[in-house]
Amino acid sequence: MQFIRTLGLLLMLGMGAAWAQPVGQTFHDNARGPTPIMETTKPPVLGNAVNDDVRRTRNYAMQPPIIPHRVDGYQIDKNFNKCLDCHSRTKAEMFQAVPVSVTHYMDRDGNMLGQVSTRRYFCMQCHVAQDAVRPLVDNRFVDVDSLLLQSLRNQGAKTPKKH
Amino acid sequence: MMNLIKRYWAVMRRPSVHFSLGFLTIGGFIGGILFWGAFNTAMELTNTEKFCTGCHEMRDNVFAELKSTIHYTNRSGVRAVCSDCHVPHNWTDKMARKMQASKEVWGKIFGTIDTPEKFAEKRLELAQHEWARLKANDSLECRNCHNYDSMDMTRQSQRAQNMHSTYLANKEKTCIDCHKGIAHKLPHIPPGQAPTDSPGQAVPTPVAAVTVKP
Repeated sequence: MQFIRTLGLLLMLGMGAAWAQPVGQTFHDNARGPTPIMETTKPPVLGNAVNDDVRRTRNYAMQPPIIPHRVDGYQIDKNFNKCLDCHSRTKAEMFQAVPVSVTHYMDRDGNMLGQVSTRRYFCMQCHVAQDAVRPLVDNRFVDVDSLLLQSLRNQGAKTPKKH
Repeated sequence: MMNLIKRYWAVMRRPSVHFSLGFLTIGGFIGGILFWGAFNTAMELTNTEKFCTGCHEMRDNVFAELKSTIHYTNRSGVRAVCSDCHVPHNWTDKMARKMQASKEVWGKIFGTIDTPEKFAEKRLELAQHEWARLKANDSLECRNCHNYDSMDMTRQSQRAQNMHSTYLANKEKTCIDCHKGIAHKLPHIPPGQAPTDSPGQAVPTPVAAVTVKP
């Protein structure tokens, strides 16, 4: 009990001290970096998104394919979906775009719908454009094909060769 | 009434008694210049961004949407203001458009789109007017700046090259056919109402499930 009381007193004192200091000069929000919260941050340099329209290999089987073109300012809201302007089933031929896969016409119970399912409507929740930048952290991910190949090779090394 | 017209006609026909021929010709000439200058200045005033965004219907809806697009803010600082795209530059066409705009004055007075809800409801119709206008004049207002002959196709992406060198080159399509909604947000276009739409583009409705269990 005594401990809690002391703690409460200390907290109140601390709050009072914080109150007395000029607000904003000392406070930092780590999400914003070292800039104090009362100052405007310098916006980071914009990247130049990959725009060559060359389809990339998926890193793993279920990876949503990445977008190999710029999507700045694409409107996706309740009125209009710019992605489906080319990637919808009926437009795919004209624009030679990859049509939306059949899984996107399925609701969560597995019923096939006549149009893209609501849960798949916001394309850029899963599909993203790419910037040609150096990775911030080293990626040691190995996909299943490489693993299989490796294990096959290992097996080959273990079994003695027949003469 | 007829008598009145006849009397004024007689006054008009009679030579001037008090004013010299010199005064009438030179005065008429100077008066004409002043009138023409004032008329054009006033009309140019209605072509400015400040005038267009003077009313909240434009400022809060379409102008707010324009601000984030490339035609308003970009790296090189060239800006297309409202009139660059929505008013023809050619004088006679401009006059015709300005006369049509009297309908917009009517709309302003009677508050046709004075709330966001009213605007949203009317939006498709208004958009279709603009699409029809640009389609009819072969996207003239786009081409005032974007000249096909001046385009360096090699600087375009592969996709843009393919489209421009086929559909645009053979005049099958015009700019607005593909580039709708580049300066403002698009309204909901019901299937069959736009020249280039498809059912797949429809906004999904969660209830329209066809019960085909795989």
